[in-house]
Amino acid sequence: MELKIGAIIENPGNSLKNKRAGWRSFRPIWDNKKCTQCGLCWMYCPDNAIYIKDKKRSKTNLDYCKGCCICASVCKFNAIQIVKEK
Amino acid sequence: MILGLNEKEYFASGHRACPGCGQALAVRHVLKAAGDNTIIVNATGCLEVFSTPYPETSWKLPYIHVAFENAAAVASGIYRALKIQNKKSNILALAGDGGTFDIGLQALSGAIERKEKFTYVCFDNSAYMNTGVQRSSATEKYMETSTTPYGKKIHGNLLWKKPMPFIIAAHNVNYVATASVSEPIDINNKIKKALNSEGVSYVQILSPCPLGWKYESSKTIEIAKLAVETKFYPIFEIENGVLKLKNIENPKDVKTFLAMQGRFKHVNSNEVEEIKRYINEQWNRLLELDKSKAKL
Amino acid sequence: MKKIIECSTAIAEAVKLCNIKVIPIYPITPQTHIPEEIAKFVNDDEMNVELIYAESEHSMLSAAIGASATGVRVFTATSSQGLAYTFENLFIASGLRLPIVMVNVNRALSSPLNIWCDHSDSISARDSGWLQFYVESSQEAFDTVIQAYKIAEQINLPVIVCVDGFTLSHVYEPVEILEKNKVNSFLPEYKAKFKLDVNKPITIGAVVDQSKFMQFKKQQQDAMLDSIKIIKKVNIEFKNKFKRSYGNGLIETYNLKNKKKAIIAMGSICGTIRVLSGKLKNFGLIKIRCFRPFPKQELINICKNLKELIIIDKNISIGNEGALASEVKSVLFNKKIKIKSFIMGLGGKDVTLKDLEKTLKNKEGWIL
Repeated sequence: MELKIGAIIENPGNSLKNKRAGWRSFRPIWDNKKCTQCGLCWMYCPDNAIYIKDKKRSKTNLDYCKGCCICASVCKFNAIQIVKEK
Repeated sequence: MILGLNEKEYFASGHRACPGCGQALAVRHVLKAAGDNTIIVNATGCLEVFSTPYPETSWKLPYIHVAFENAAAVASGIYRALKIQNKKSNILALAGDGGTFDIGLQALSGAIERKEKFTYVCFDNSAYMNTGVQRSSATEKYMETSTTPYGKKIHGNLLWKKPMPFIIAAHNVNYVATASVSEPIDINNKIKKALNSEGVSYVQILSPCPLGWKYESSKTIEIAKLAVETKFYPIFEIENGVLKLKNIENPKDVKTFLAMQGRFKHVNSNEVEEIKRYINEQWNRLLELDKSKAKL
Repeated sequence: MKKIIECSTAIAEAVKLCNIKVIPIYPITPQTHIPEEIAKFVNDDEMNVELIYAESEHSMLSAAIGASATGVRVFTATSSQGLAYTFENLFIASGLRLPIVMVNVNRALSSPLNIWCDHSDSISARDSGWLQFYVESSQEAFDTVIQAYKIAEQINLPVIVCVDGFTLSHVYEPVEILEKNKVNSFLPEYKAKFKLDVNKPITIGAVVDQSKFMQFKKQQQDAMLDSIKIIKKVNIEFKNKFKRSYGNGLIETYNLKNKKKAIIAMGSICGTIRVLSGKLKNFGLIKIRCFRPFPKQELINICKNLKELIIIDKNISIGNEGALASEVKSVLFNKKIKIKSFIMGLGGKDVTLKDLEKTLKNKEGWIL
């Protein structure tokens, strides 16, 4: 790997290559039938592991989810269940 | 736009924040409010360390970290360098409470006095978290930290939090605000206001830390909300010296708030009463200022 | 055009000619005349810079780092306690590879409190990764500030130009102020190799762990060592353009031809040594102009035929010896040269011709 002068990093946002899945003790399971697409879980995820595209919430990206369970805790519709990670 | 917020993400996943980190969430929203044309200055601290482990970076905006106490001074240099090139960008100086209330106070005071132009965001988790939860002047009274342990003789930190927003307001800045990570839309509005104000603006965001405050990571938002709803962490803006307090209609009992966190686990009933009295005192002061519209 | 001006003014004039964009300042004796002169130029519209009235030297250099990282040429100046206060930023500026030029007006470090000249301040910063030049005259101060930018911007390392406090900084001498267009052709517009730019976002100042930290330090070291040939080259370029040079850029000698004995020193004291050398005619002067990078090979070559070397230090590493003594001895350790080292002139103690004569006769030690 080429070490740039002064340890500068020239690839903005390349932390994406770091997939944190191994950190999780708990995993969120999203029930898209109960989900009202309110967007709160998207808003409150510290890891930006929940995406909303064209007003539709997609499945949690487990590569980046750390299992903090904030999404389940803020969901007012019980659309996110927490299970223990295997 | 999603929920009135910029849908673009400027803080990439894959950063090494603890699960449930209040700061990671707060910075996500601060950057959304600032947008593309923004330069970040970050003091040493949790945020800097978990977001830039070489060769990875979570920052999609131009970013510089120099040292612990000089975010405001570095931001001043950047502002002037842009100015003389006839360039304009939002400049955000991001620091923790340690890097702001304590070691960063001088540089911030100087930058404000010189009328530089940037927005200073302090992520308040009430201690030096990155180094292992040591006490800062933002540490709440009776909070247990590693340097103010709850001992037989001394019960945690014995000093009240430094009134940082008022110290900044006393510099005659145009915009000072407190916010909580439980209200990202409020953060968004305040950062936008801050960026559009003259001179240096100051926004202090309550950012709960699951590790340091000793609670289960899923409760970050609940605790941040309760801190506001119990009047423990007053939310207000000071615009051109005039204070506007966010009123709490049905305040919740601060005992519930304290009981949720291991950092206040040992607080006894006398100390709870003392905290309640202090909260009421502070709240009444703020109410007076809000009602009178007196210029600070 | 030659003018009789104070050395501080000469430095400000050099700064005026270098197209500096941001100058953070903070006052400390004996550096104050430099920011004062610069402020005069700004108020008289002779300079278009952003002057930052920093609230401390730590913030002063921090602002310099921020501005330099945003891709503009930066200048600042300090002394003694100020340099000590911003100490951590010295290492940071060098590690971040920013071509900042700073004038340090040498003054003793407290305690005891002393505002007069010695080298303890800049010597204490010799490990920080900044190039260090010790100038002897106002002309050299003027010329070296200009050269410093050319060198710094080629190797991406910051440079300190050391000027003896009071004994040089406050002295009035004739100085040739170079013409702007000639300086412009010697020192082109600054083009940063990297910078904070919303069109090309980069992260500056990341955390680097054990796996790569040493490689970055080696990069810094290699760059500093590479600067040796650049310093020599810039010295020649300056000579070709402006008809002035300082030895080979790293070391200057005076009256050394066919001499077996030499006195080696840094800074304005070299002027006095020249006078004594001219008078006694039995020794020469070796002036170390560039202390960092330390000119090892050049020193070995110059000392080839010496039998006796007297080292004068205006600094002391408490617990050991003067820095120049340690470094010179380490380079010449296997050469058959009798070496004596002296501590002189601390805290601005005047070094007279008589004092220098003592170094030729006395056993090594302190000349109080």
